Amino acid sequence: MSLEYENDGGLHARLIEEVLSQYPDKSAKRRKKHLSVAKSGDEAGEESEVLSECEVKSNIKSIPGVMTIRGCAYAGSKGVVWGPVKDMVHISHGPVGCGQYSWSQRRNYYVGTTGIDTFVTMQFTSDFQEKDIVFGGDKKLERIIDEIEELFPLNKGMTVQSECPIGLIGDDTEAVSRNKAKEHEKTIVPVRCEGFRGVSQSLGHHIANDAIRDWVFEKKEVEFEASPYDVNVVGDYNIGGDAWASRILLEEMGLRVVGNWSGDATLAEIERAPKAKLNLIHCYRSMNYICRHMEEKYGIAWMEYNFFGPSQTEASLRKIAKHFGPEIEAKAEVVIAKYRPLVDAVIAKYRPRLEGRTVMLYVGGLRPRHVVTAYEDLGMVIVGTGYEFGHNDDYQRTGHYVKKGTLIYDDVTGYELEKFIEGIRPDLVGSGIKEKYPVQKMGIPFRQMHSWDYSGPYHGYDGFAIFARDMDLAINNPVWNLYDAPWKKKAEPSAAIAAE
Amino acid sequence: MPQSAEKVLDHAPLFREPEYRQMLAEKRLNFECPHPDQIVTDQGEFTKTWEYREKNLAREALVVNPAKACQPLGAVFAAAGFERTMSFVHGSQGCVAYYRSHLSRHFKEPASAVSSSMTEDAAVFGGLKNMVDGLANTYQLYDPKMIAVSTTCMAEVIGDDLHSFIENAKDEGSVPRDFDVPFAHTPAFVGSHVDGYDVAVKGILEHFWKGEERTEAEGTINIIPGFDGFCVGNNRELKRLLDLIGVSYTFIQDASDQFDTPSDGEYRMYDGGTKIEEVRKALNAEATLSLQRYNTRKTLEYCEGVGQATASFHYPLGVQATDDFLMEVSAISGKQIPEALRLERGRLVDAMADSQSWLHGKKYAIYGDPDFVYGMARFIMETGGEPTHCLATNGTSAWEAELKELLASSPFGKGAQVWAGKDLWALRSLLFTEPVDLLIGNSYGKYLERDTGTPLIRLTFPIFDRHHHHRFALMGYQGGLRVLTTILDKIFDKLDRETSETGVTDYSYDLTR
Repeated sequence: MSLEYENDGGLHARLIEEVLSQYPDKSAKRRKKHLSVAKSGDEAGEESEVLSECEVKSNIKSIPGVMTIRGCAYAGSKGVVWGPVKDMVHISHGPVGCGQYSWSQRRNYYVGTTGIDTFVTMQFTSDFQEKDIVFGGDKKLERIIDEIEELFPLNKGMTVQSECPIGLIGDDTEAVSRNKAKEHEKTIVPVRCEGFRGVSQSLGHHIANDAIRDWVFEKKEVEFEASPYDVNVVGDYNIGGDAWASRILLEEMGLRVVGNWSGDATLAEIERAPKAKLNLIHCYRSMNYICRHMEEKYGIAWMEYNFFGPSQTEASLRKIAKHFGPEIEAKAEVVIAKYRPLVDAVIAKYRPRLEGRTVMLYVGGLRPRHVVTAYEDLGMVIVGTGYEFGHNDDYQRTGHYVKKGTLIYDDVTGYELEKFIEGIRPDLVGSGIKEKYPVQKMGIPFRQMHSWDYSGPYHGYDGFAIFARDMDLAINNPVWNLYDAPWKKKAEPSAAIAAE
Repeated sequence: MPQSAEKVLDHAPLFREPEYRQMLAEKRLNFECPHPDQIVTDQGEFTKTWEYREKNLAREALVVNPAKACQPLGAVFAAAGFERTMSFVHGSQGCVAYYRSHLSRHFKEPASAVSSSMTEDAAVFGGLKNMVDGLANTYQLYDPKMIAVSTTCMAEVIGDDLHSFIENAKDEGSVPRDFDVPFAHTPAFVGSHVDGYDVAVKGILEHFWKGEERTEAEGTINIIPGFDGFCVGNNRELKRLLDLIGVSYTFIQDASDQFDTPSDGEYRMYDGGTKIEEVRKALNAEATLSLQRYNTRKTLEYCEGVGQATASFHYPLGVQATDDFLMEVSAISGKQIPEALRLERGRLVDAMADSQSWLHGKKYAIYGDPDFVYGMARFIMETGGEPTHCLATNGTSAWEAELKELLASSPFGKGAQVWAGKDLWALRSLLFTEPVDLLIGNSYGKYLERDTGTPLIRLTFPIFDRHHHHRFALMGYQGGLRVLTTILDKIFDKLDRETSETGVTDYSYDLTR
């Protein structure tokens, strides 16, 4: 289903000019490269042209003092890639804060007995003190690994997630990990994801991917009976159960999901990954590295897919099935047909309530582009989108998704986002917890598009129904009409794009 | 197919549907390589034993589920309590994203702070350039009246000198020469968020008071609330009390409006807070009172140094702690405690008397910041409860000694134990081996509630999974009433749940309790 529309590129260009005029010259020059207006739509067949159209500079340093929304390499590794691996203990190695603030906040759902054989929603830290900084923390780390072995003996392994000080004081977490792995006969993975490395979460993803390559693959004999239909789902963190709502579709079409990275994953699922036939990658940004490695080293093909919204889900199911031939293709059609009545009913119910409503997105990973079509399936219009930590290849992939005139913002600052939202007055903003409350104060409905605002799953067909319900309940809640006290004269409506 | 448009099932019911249960069971069996169920059960049972507890408490290096955060969080919270003040945290940028998220998740409010976004090159060459550019950007974009600088551990490890960096930035014109940029070094590897609060507030006072002449204004009082997730309710309640007494006071650090802005179409990046002018004048106050001693040790020392009288409390809630606070205010100001407050006190005591039978002899585990645990233990003992386990991960030996003295002063504190420096995984062992009736803490306690079955009462920061509790006061007599009611609700709800089985236990499902 494709929705035809064009955004007000003139307004968006003006907004960019306005925000830039507020910066000191030096910073305005730097920020200018991150902001743009998409020039052309996603006409098929013009791939190379479209690619360059909404390009902005990306994956470069944030400017100091501007209130970037980005995180750090530790957040990318511990928070995103490694943290969800459920039967391993992930040590936040350094001071207490990093582990504390990221404790249980990403909603990576899993099944297991927490504290006994699973450890995702726990905070293990070396709680560095001044003496550890002065004398080094390697001895302490050794001791910590021993204590984990004693108190949590059913762990299948550990990771050492380095926080900023580790790399600065010259600790050798690799040596400690190697020695202790031998002693305890366990997988112990040092991850050099100190927060000052790189410019955002993104380098943390890469470092975490490399750690899988260097410290997990080919370290043990993996006994596994392969089948021709074995796939890994890569880059699905099972937020609110996303990976489960995806897995059920893949299994229904006759595939075997032998590993899910990394939501609800066990170490075994990661170790076995090189034996699969195909890597299906959802969050390209955070896990393309290891897919490329597996392709190079083990000859495993990888394929991007998108399970947000029925249009993309359907297209993805067909694309995946094609890889496996007619039998699976036929089954995919059965799956698509099975869910069609649900999709039709969801759209029939919610589209009239959401038709034409405008949305601004600012998220990370795959979502600034992947969720666009899910909104459009509901008749909603994307007026602006941007990546916290995208790279050039993400923006290239975005061209197909966004319409002409869409406002594009990379590593947006708090100031810019507020001004853009104020100027555009969309009907809905989808972003993170830090953005939620400022936006709602302005009287604009908001959904957290990192945590699904404690709802979900949003993937697959089951997830789409929830997604549609959530967007409806956000936009059509009566609270937004209560903002003005009746005895106060109503303020002039701003340059709103009229709802309904 | 369980999902339908008529009745949309989200995660909680959806994954309990047979299709998903079967799918997950097969995933576990075929792909996860789990430990056999018996081994998992056995280990689970073992963690409930005294033997496990001893190993658990003997830990020397590993920390599991601590109840504390790091210094800069306290500094960012502190800065939020001053007029149009932007927090500027010098160091890695991810930290700031974390502080902002953490505060927003608790308050359900915006939390603003900027970072100097230091990366590898700054780690090598120092972050001076980041400070110079950063202050200029913050000043121009966010129109603050003051920028309060603190540090992440990265900047501290490489030894950046805030004072000289800020001077440099002023020389380069990042902000006007006379613009206020107080600072505090807040290494994450020292103390906890309560200490970050302390040094940040001290840094601000020093910035405005250093070299100024003090002319004592008799009878005037400064109040420093300390790091308090309930500041919204508490600060407003305390002001009401102080207004009733008629004392002249200044809150030094007051985030009650900043973290409770109205929804009326306007996003206020800054709201309320102690006015800069008030901070200057506060030098002249006769006395500075801290509501949380372990949040303000350095600040109070500094206040004493400039010639002020000081006194400190431990999160004054309940009857006697509120009495102490009011009497101290009365003594300093020379104002009488009005009859209205005596009546309010009487109403709290009245409520406690009405409910005493349900509270007498109940055992509690209490954890949180040192002053909160102290204040709560004191109130619990007033209700006839027994604070069996008192735990503060960021509690010091001085705190331990002080709390033990309090516990020794009451027969209800006789069996109580104080756990300074222990974490919530230790508390799990304590709750299994020496169980209690109720657990008082924050949202992290829900895992203890799940594992041990001890009902959790959320009364301290951070509270992520319940809404709006922080908007109500816990301090003062009114706050005591709120705490009392919250505890009683938990007791009655549990009792109703346990007696509601029709024809089996519902003889005890009493209409009146």
